[in-house]
Amino acid sequence: MKYRILLEKTSFREAREYIEKNSDEVYYVEPGYKIFKDYYIIGVPPVAMGARGKELLFTYVKPCYGAFVMAIDSEEEIERLREREREKIKASLKKGGLKERAEPVPASFGDMWKK
Amino acid sequence: MTQGKKALLVMGCPEVPVQMSIVLYLSNKLSKAGYDVTAAGTDAAVKLLKVSDPESYYIQKTEDLDQIISDVVEKKIDFDLCFVFMHSDAGMTYGATFSAISKARLFAVIFGKNAEELANTVDYPAEKIMAKATHNPNPLKIKVDKVVL
Repeated sequence: MKYRILLEKTSFREAREYIEKNSDEVYYVEPGYKIFKDYYIIGVPPVAMGARGKELLFTYVKPCYGAFVMAIDSEEEIERLREREREKIKASLKKGGLKERAEPVPASFGDMWKK
Repeated sequence: MTQGKKALLVMGCPEVPVQMSIVLYLSNKLSKAGYDVTAAGTDAAVKLLKVSDPESYYIQKTEDLDQIISDVVEKKIDFDLCFVFMHSDAGMTYGATFSAISKARLFAVIFGKNAEELANTVDYPAEKIMAKATHNPNPLKIKVDKVVL
């Protein structure tokens, strides 16, 4: 897999800020989020991941070298992040919707007029 | 009773001498308390451990750091206690990761020249064991001995 190193041997905070400033789209994932089938993201929440054109920007942490920002072309992983975001929005809307319905629904027209 | 309980020691970069000493010390202490201990780290850290303890007297189980993260995320394994050793931002970041992926009671074992500054960056749920120790392990050993398991 071809990768590019955009920032190297830095702190995790700086790596996250780099992604936030240099991506067209930014998504936040939890530590342990899996990409490319076998890499689990190491990080301090919120862990930023970016999309810039076809490039996926993400943090990579090595114990002896610090944090890196890597870029790999992957429309598939970017689409997975977008889909995840859509699901999150749907879930939050659903939650909000349920809240609105927390008020009891009037049983009849008579009940409506009582208000 | 701690029989059947599991403890994980997560080693950071092995460049600061006190780490290996405290890993072996803590492993011995936990084993005597009945814990099944696993030490995880980079290839270099695991090699240092195996050379220091050739008969596996202090540590019976070692694991690659990436593999243990994969196993915890995939819920193949988890621990009751997890000690993450850190003397740099990278170590602190690994601690945050274990805080998020594991249900273990988490300890951040903070040491090195910048221990105090580093301890201030640990803002996730973890009990801090901190000493400004690099070559002499005793200040950190004293803090480890104060931990109630």
